[in-house]
Amino acid sequence: MEISGAQALLESLKHEGVDVIFGYPGGVVLPLYDAMYSYKDVKHILVRHEQGAAHAADGYARATGKVGVCLATSGPGATNLITGIATAYMDSIPMVAITGQVATPLLGRDSFQEADLTGITMPITKHNYLVKKTEDLPRIIKEAFYIARTGRPGPVLIDIPKDVFVNKIQYKYPDKVDLESYKPTYEGHPKQITMAIKAIQTGQKAVIYAGGGVIASDAAKELIELAEKCHIPVTTTMMGIGGFPGTHELCLGMLGMHGTAYANYAVTECDLLIAIGARFDDRVTGHIARFAPKAKIIHIDIDPAEIGKNVRVDVPIVGDVKMVLRAILAKLPAKEKNQAWLDQISEWKNKFPLSYRRDGGLKPQFIIEELYALTKDRETIIVTEVGQHQMWAGMFYKYDKPRNWISSGGLGTMGYGLPAANGAQFGRPNALVIDIAGDGSIQMNIQELTTAVNNRLPIKIFVLDNCFLGMVRQWQELIYDRHYSHTQLCNNPDLVKIAEAYGAVGLRVTKEEEVRPAMEKAFAINDRPVLVDFITAKEENVFPFVPPGQAINEMIID
Amino acid sequence: MRHIISVVVENKPGVLTRVAGLFARRGFNIESLAVGTTETPDISRMTIVAEGDEQDLEQIIKQLYKLIDTLKVFDLPADKAIERELVLIKVAASDKTRQEINQIVDIFRGKIVDVAETSMTIEIVGDENKVQGAEKLLAKFGIRELVRTGVIGLLRGSSE
Repeated sequence: MEISGAQALLESLKHEGVDVIFGYPGGVVLPLYDAMYSYKDVKHILVRHEQGAAHAADGYARATGKVGVCLATSGPGATNLITGIATAYMDSIPMVAITGQVATPLLGRDSFQEADLTGITMPITKHNYLVKKTEDLPRIIKEAFYIARTGRPGPVLIDIPKDVFVNKIQYKYPDKVDLESYKPTYEGHPKQITMAIKAIQTGQKAVIYAGGGVIASDAAKELIELAEKCHIPVTTTMMGIGGFPGTHELCLGMLGMHGTAYANYAVTECDLLIAIGARFDDRVTGHIARFAPKAKIIHIDIDPAEIGKNVRVDVPIVGDVKMVLRAILAKLPAKEKNQAWLDQISEWKNKFPLSYRRDGGLKPQFIIEELYALTKDRETIIVTEVGQHQMWAGMFYKYDKPRNWISSGGLGTMGYGLPAANGAQFGRPNALVIDIAGDGSIQMNIQELTTAVNNRLPIKIFVLDNCFLGMVRQWQELIYDRHYSHTQLCNNPDLVKIAEAYGAVGLRVTKEEEVRPAMEKAFAINDRPVLVDFITAKEENVFPFVPPGQAINEMIID
Repeated sequence: MRHIISVVVENKPGVLTRVAGLFARRGFNIESLAVGTTETPDISRMTIVAEGDEQDLEQIIKQLYKLIDTLKVFDLPADKAIERELVLIKVAASDKTRQEINQIVDIFRGKIVDVAETSMTIEIVGDENKVQGAEKLLAKFGIRELVRTGVIGLLRGSSE
């Protein structure tokens, strides 16, 4: 069958099981949009800014575990994807970004809307392609999806010149990928696994430190089994939230800069740290030389480059987290409880619980607690923007399952939440999707409300509105002598009116007693998005807080 | 510490940029870089000389492996590898100095590849020490131009 490159692309996406793509049209992708006009098997969602397309694809991927797909035209359309691609790259999210490019005879001539996307995205993609011939397109798409979802997942960009969309080929989608130079290691080395088992048996005060790799490799079940079998408390990174049940008695919550005091103390005192699918990021370790100073470290990760990158480890295991944990569990004998260690941790938990003061206005932590109380028995996905609200949403809500917490960790992208919530809702139509936002972040991609309204997405946007760039303000208060330089957002627009103008429902809450009714009202609306503007205490801080450069046990607790 | 890193890659457009960009991004300075095809035409080999400690070396090798087009990466330790570089040196020469330059070139087993009225161009092949030695001795005549290929290297047969 002879078809155009544009048709071949759509057929290939269908072959990969893609049901939805997020995009925005433009000059050079006209042939593709023309092919889409009569093609019904892949649904295209029109966003209102390409950054929204990238984050939506990312949110879709995080909510489902499948590869998210976004699409933009050449030049500015494509460069608008950059923040979204970098966000996905930092958090190892499988994504395929398709960009149009000027026709091959015009390449390299500074043509209208030309930008070197393979050059620009080299440091923020797992791999990228410039397709020069239509004949190569099916193979490249096959490879791109394979690379995006295997090994350590990540975004792959395919840049397609206009004539490549137009030219015709005999279409056949390849059955398999043949990449001589790309062979991820999945199985852990048996010798290393034996060493890990020995270390776990001899460790007296062990802690598991679990990251996003647990979620990427679908290893939550194995992680629970390991923790329970050997009575090892588990702390997670922000990316690992949901990888271990938040309500489990062995759960210590997050560690690091805004970790719980008990997680940070446990890591500092432990004699064995089992790092699973985590990368010893600076927000986790604080002063790196004083991180887990007494511990022997086991590090399990699929990416060999993560091992030994930031800290020296004693037992490195390269492999897929799920497979490695299974191999360990198969040979690991159950272990006696070290009651003294667990008692020590309970003592820290009792002495330094997560807390806040209820006085002085509507507290953001209270809102999150109320939200948890109302939604804990439903399938709920919490998506966030970036800042204080993100930390409170991570700390005061308990996540018992993977993929119900969606947040930009590595890049820390403000404006991520709303478009990612749209993507998550497309991926899981039956889940209750809530974007917890700040009044700064929400305005960064507010145009995506249109995308939600047009598709009747029942997402909820809960803005914790303190009229500040709260996290930056907190640092200014604690580190820069309260010089609130450019962090007061006193001229915020009326967010309720904004929501209404977009065709969404807008509500405002100023008192504690209004919180529950407003949430219940929001949950009852199922045919459009609802934005609730919670006017909160202005200068609330996120505690615990490890000031930059300090060791993680040197926290400001309140 | 100076390291010679051999990177075997698919011979595709853009691969050089990927490799060079990676060094820049991760903060490793490249001292020299030489690229060419191998016995298999669709495979290229890059030889990169860079400074760094053992941990830096390990990290850059792992990062290089993450590039999809990379087939193989290895360190070429000085005691187990053959290292060569070619340098062309154009030195000022007159009737008075030609003889002496000739002798130096002989000692280094180099070749005179071009002679003009006021200059001579010399080709020297060798490892870093030899090339530096020749350069030092020729400096007094006045080096007008100098160009080097960058180091290439192979593991010795006995070290494979």
